[in-house]
Amino acid sequence: MDNPMDTPKTYSDYVDKKSPNSPIFTNCLKAFLIGGFICSIGQLIFFFCKSKGLDTSASNTVVSIILIGIAALLTGLNIFNKIGKVAGAGSLVPITGFANSIVSPAIEYKSEGYIMGVGGKMFTVAGPVLVFGISASVIVGMIYCFFV
Amino acid sequence: MEFFQTIDWSLMLRCFIVGGLICVIGQILIDKTKLTSARILVLFVTLGVILGGLGLYQYVIDFAGCGATVPLTGFGANLAKGAITEVQNSGLLGAFVGGVKVAAGGIAAAIFFGYLASIMAKPKIKKQ
Amino acid sequence: MKKIGKQTIQMENFPTISQSASIVGPKESEGPLAKYFDRCLEDEFWGEKTWEKAESKIIKETVNTVIAKSNISSTDIDFCFAGDLLNQCISSSFGLREINIPFFGVFGACSTFVESMCLASVFIDSHAAKHIVCAASSHFCSAEKQFRFPLELGNQRPPTSQWTVTGAGSVILSSEGNGPFVTYITPGKIVDMGIKDANNMGAAMAPAAFDTLVTHLQDTNRKPSYYDAIITGDLGYIGSDILEDLCKTKGYNINHQHNDCGKLIFDKEKQDTHSGGSGCACIGTVFSGYLYQLMHEKKINKLLLIATGALMNSTSSQQGESIPGIAHAISIENCKI
Repeated sequence: MDNPMDTPKTYSDYVDKKSPNSPIFTNCLKAFLIGGFICSIGQLIFFFCKSKGLDTSASNTVVSIILIGIAALLTGLNIFNKIGKVAGAGSLVPITGFANSIVSPAIEYKSEGYIMGVGGKMFTVAGPVLVFGISASVIVGMIYCFFV
Repeated sequence: MEFFQTIDWSLMLRCFIVGGLICVIGQILIDKTKLTSARILVLFVTLGVILGGLGLYQYVIDFAGCGATVPLTGFGANLAKGAITEVQNSGLLGAFVGGVKVAAGGIAAAIFFGYLASIMAKPKIKKQ
Repeated sequence: MKKIGKQTIQMENFPTISQSASIVGPKESEGPLAKYFDRCLEDEFWGEKTWEKAESKIIKETVNTVIAKSNISSTDIDFCFAGDLLNQCISSSFGLREINIPFFGVFGACSTFVESMCLASVFIDSHAAKHIVCAASSHFCSAEKQFRFPLELGNQRPPTSQWTVTGAGSVILSSEGNGPFVTYITPGKIVDMGIKDANNMGAAMAPAAFDTLVTHLQDTNRKPSYYDAIITGDLGYIGSDILEDLCKTKGYNINHQHNDCGKLIFDKEKQDTHSGGSGCACIGTVFSGYLYQLMHEKKINKLLLIATGALMNSTSSQQGESIPGIAHAISIENCKI
């Protein structure tokens, strides 16, 4: 047998071979079903808003707010992490994952106080999403303003 | 109920499939690249802004409704769309105002509910 | 006491491990070793408000338990060596601030427990002390919070990840007693084979365990078969597999003697702990609870205990640094050699 300890490269290749892979097919199936289900709930709320006479943009906002509210509630009840363990990207990629990533550090850092703990650490996971999302939108707006 | 008769079931199905497929892309990234969840979220939202800025994401929304708007790519596309719309109304200022303006509901909800949840909940171990 | 070979110290007066105690959390209480621990907790907070306070209480109560069990007055204990995983070792220093015993804070990541025992052995063998208490703790929740993500985050744990053990282990080493005795210690070198994946600690630490094990065997001129058991700290399933493979490249077959505390403490199938347990308390509780009792019952007479540690923190892993590993070995036998 070759000695895996020869160089970091051979060791890393050897470790990759030794380490079990995630069950990607079943993970994808679960992500598909749960992700699809969450979007469908959103769609139902959307139809309901429309039937009450809201316009498309307002309906979309209501969908976001309700899904975020549900995700925050489930996170607080210690249920979201159980869903997330099964669903993986299925609950992460929808707006529910964004809500969970804000609520979970808020709860975790409560022990460091309501101002610097909850308030300060709330965006440790989700902060980058807003930084990149909003910055990119400003760039898109500027490009549109100057070149289109 | 009257409301259920107004539902477009074919759009529901497209929403389910497209929403599910977007999540599958995320799952493949998680399992294959070892990216952390925060990086996946950043990737999706940035991709959404780019596709939204190019006007491509609107086709997905027209096809799949909430299957496209609920995933974070939809959040990103919405930011881009907001920025562009505001630029049309008020010029360069719109680039700064537009994105956050349309996303304000979601962001405020996340902050408010997050704070509320933290007051009521206690950290607990996950039994997994 | 003298140094032999490259990095092994041979004891002359053979410090004896006169007493041990362990306290574990709820998940460990559901594991296969539950009956060996002194106390199994029902909840991770143990009446405290924060994870950090709970961990301090665990190590404090474990040290109190070991002193009470030993019938040695705490004023007769000369020194305390203890450590944990939290920044600046706050669990042990906060937990033990009231015990009134001169205190050495020790950090060797998950190898802290054996590192403390090595240092205490040298102190006792050189007559600098008569009784020394050693302790180490870890807590799943405080470790997740510091090293990974908030507990409520809905993420998936990859199959290579390990589960930090909640609990603390403590032993008293004495200059006189009926054993088991410390015969050799082999402090390890830092070994870094470039593994960067913080979810695959076993693979990052296995080369260090391998280096220490082989050096120990060469220095003492022993074969793996000399020992009844070679127990590593927290390599888990993947790391153990790698260690056994690496040993074969040097012509050592340790498969019969070798086991790992990370594999022993949880039931992999029922408890869904992926690659096994980890943390300072992994080897701390398994030795103080399970292995110490086996040695007393003479089911194991010659034990080589190798604690492994991953010397990283959350800053180093965010900056993309690789994970240096370390392993310290201590040879514990029922007969003086």
